[in-house]
Amino acid sequence: MAKITFDGIEVEVEDGTTILQAARKIGGSVVPPAMCYYTPLKGSGGKCRVCLVKVTQGSAKDPRPMPKLVASCITPVQDGMVVENTTNEDVLNARKGIVEMLLINHPLDCPICDQAGECDLQDLSYEHGVSATRYEEERRKFNKIDLGPYIQLHMTRCILCYRCVYTADQITANRVHGVLGRGDAAEIGTYIENVIDNDFSGNVIDVCPVGALTDKTWRFKNRVWFTKPMDAHRDCPTCSGKVTLWTRGEEVLRVTARKDQYNEVEEFICNTCRFDKKETKDWTIEGPRHIERNSVISANHYELPVLNVPIVPNLPSSTKKNLPQE
Amino acid sequence: MGIKILTEHINVPGIETLEVYRKHGGYRSVEKALKTMSPDEVVEEVKTSGLRGRGGAGFPTGMKWSFLAKPEGVPRYLVCNADESEPGTFKDRYFMEKTPHSLIEGMITSSYALGANTSYIYIRGELMFVLRILEKAIAEAYAAGLLGKNILGSGYDLDLHVAPGGGAYICGEETALLESLEGKRGNPRNKPPFPAVKGLFASPTVVNNVESIASVPWIVNNGGAEYAKIGIGRSTGTKLFSCSGNINKPGVYEIELGVPVEEFIYSDEYCGGIWKGKQLKAVVPGGSSVPILPANLITKTAAGEDRLMTYESLSDGGFVSGSMLGSGAFIVFDEDQCIVRNTWNYARFYHHESCGQCSPCREGTGWMEKVLHRIEHGHGHQQDIDLLVSVAKQIEGNTICPLGDAAAWPVASAIRHFRDEFEWHIKHPKEAILPGAVYRGQLATIEA
Repeated sequence: MAKITFDGIEVEVEDGTTILQAARKIGGSVVPPAMCYYTPLKGSGGKCRVCLVKVTQGSAKDPRPMPKLVASCITPVQDGMVVENTTNEDVLNARKGIVEMLLINHPLDCPICDQAGECDLQDLSYEHGVSATRYEEERRKFNKIDLGPYIQLHMTRCILCYRCVYTADQITANRVHGVLGRGDAAEIGTYIENVIDNDFSGNVIDVCPVGALTDKTWRFKNRVWFTKPMDAHRDCPTCSGKVTLWTRGEEVLRVTARKDQYNEVEEFICNTCRFDKKETKDWTIEGPRHIERNSVISANHYELPVLNVPIVPNLPSSTKKNLPQE
Repeated sequence: MGIKILTEHINVPGIETLEVYRKHGGYRSVEKALKTMSPDEVVEEVKTSGLRGRGGAGFPTGMKWSFLAKPEGVPRYLVCNADESEPGTFKDRYFMEKTPHSLIEGMITSSYALGANTSYIYIRGELMFVLRILEKAIAEAYAAGLLGKNILGSGYDLDLHVAPGGGAYICGEETALLESLEGKRGNPRNKPPFPAVKGLFASPTVVNNVESIASVPWIVNNGGAEYAKIGIGRSTGTKLFSCSGNINKPGVYEIELGVPVEEFIYSDEYCGGIWKGKQLKAVVPGGSSVPILPANLITKTAAGEDRLMTYESLSDGGFVSGSMLGSGAFIVFDEDQCIVRNTWNYARFYHHESCGQCSPCREGTGWMEKVLHRIEHGHGHQQDIDLLVSVAKQIEGNTICPLGDAAAWPVASAIRHFRDEFEWHIKHPKEAILPGAVYRGQLATIEA
């Protein structure tokens, strides 16, 4: 077991746990955001850099601070580590900078994007972004790529988190899409026109943190915040059959996997459940799904950041202080 | 002329053949190491020598070797990083082209020290002709029993392979290099784990620059203590410098570390002064990724001492008034060169070469390039200068690999030292876009 101090709060976790998971054990507003890290996917993380934290004490044995900010999603804890996230001005400024970077080439078409209301990038930009852009150059644009009857890819919205690539690698039989090109010309694609067709291919929609991969059976049908999430299950021969139905009246508008407060799926579901079973009679309804996740839209907080984290300048390191409560 | 370690026989006709190379004392270190020394003794000698990595970071090679994990039953690898692609650097290409056997000798001795039975030379894809030279030399070495099973009857086996890259700058970063060598997309890995623990094919791996490896035979032959006597302080030995730009004698020079920068630029022995007797404007002392220094700061440190060609002296003053030795690409600018244009050129390079994996570098390099392009082409705004500084700061230190830093430093330092030139470009867009227009200080006279 390793004991670490995260933002002044002590927590004890298993050896080898990452800093991010330790912070999630504490929960609440101290948890660093994560755009590319996804617990069920091995090897994910380290790419988006929004989870950067400051390690002011490496471990009890070697108390030197780490020279650079580290990505909390991939850095394992050491016993006696002291980490600062919301209590460190540098961290918050760096995060603000990275959110700006993520947004400069993002089309900001939230009003017509199906992900709006449950979009990680949308939440993150309300929390840490700035209201105006300094970017006056042309944004990168991509043509829409057709990935078959179920999945729509909008590369312009993509933040290259690689989650869908890991999903296809790890839970489907063969991956037909990947990252092509490099730098800001890198794109998700199939290279030769190809259909992502696999029993579990629909999960790439669930793991996408933005609106780059959307469900064609749900696109433009409704807004997320008008639909009611219901837990339901069915006897499915390929997957667990445990899903969330997003309904309006009697109509099932879309089916997704059950996601926790960090937008991570509890269990991946198959395409039959996701795309074909769109009648209430197909399902045994368990009851309303409690959505723990805060969203700028469900919270009706357009004008104020969801978590208005104050930047405390010159805070002495590892001081225990009252953290902002949700 | 000082002592030559790497380039002593470089101009001997036929030195690329095994026969001539052996005549000039080649492969002595292999015999000495394999027959009379234990691997640990070789590592100790390299540690004593104080040899520092010649690829750019300047990390002590012996120290790096001693970090190599040695679990039972797991192979270890030595990988030579010959993916030299930093703008301004061409020393490894010249060296491998001329004396391929020096590198092979270094690879054998170093692999023996590390206990590696398979080693790789990862060479830049553009250098196919050098790859052929190396392959020919390796074939000769195999035929002479210097590679393969039971080398020189010592019982030590080594296979040496040359692998070409696809021409990506990012594959010079050691973990991206290993990914590429494994046949994957050349994206840098997250660290930890470091290559010394989990590198090539998830086995402990050491990645060294061509020049570092090629220095090992001399150290084995003459002893680490002897090597440590060359140079000044912690900058021991000799180093190859790729000199380019507006100098009379561009080329590769091997110098003993510690030569004053001023002497290096103006002495006929080395760069031979500025071309056509013009004024020196600025120098990038270590390859495009290190901070640029104006003429007054390259010859003297901020404290007024002479700057020397050593790791310490060139970085004296930190990033405020210093730079870095880097990979030894010494790029000289005369008074007619436009710093804004040059900075844009560098930014364009890093934009093109960013792998696109992590967001600050992917987005930031493109942003800086576009803003610099605007300023250079007469469409800049006054606030763009501060914007560039801020974007560079947002990238620096927040990325997976050092490419983000490498992209941010030249921009940040050019603005730090040549801010008035940027301002002039923005205030006088019509003059600035004329071909050959250069800002010359407060009393600007424009030459069209």
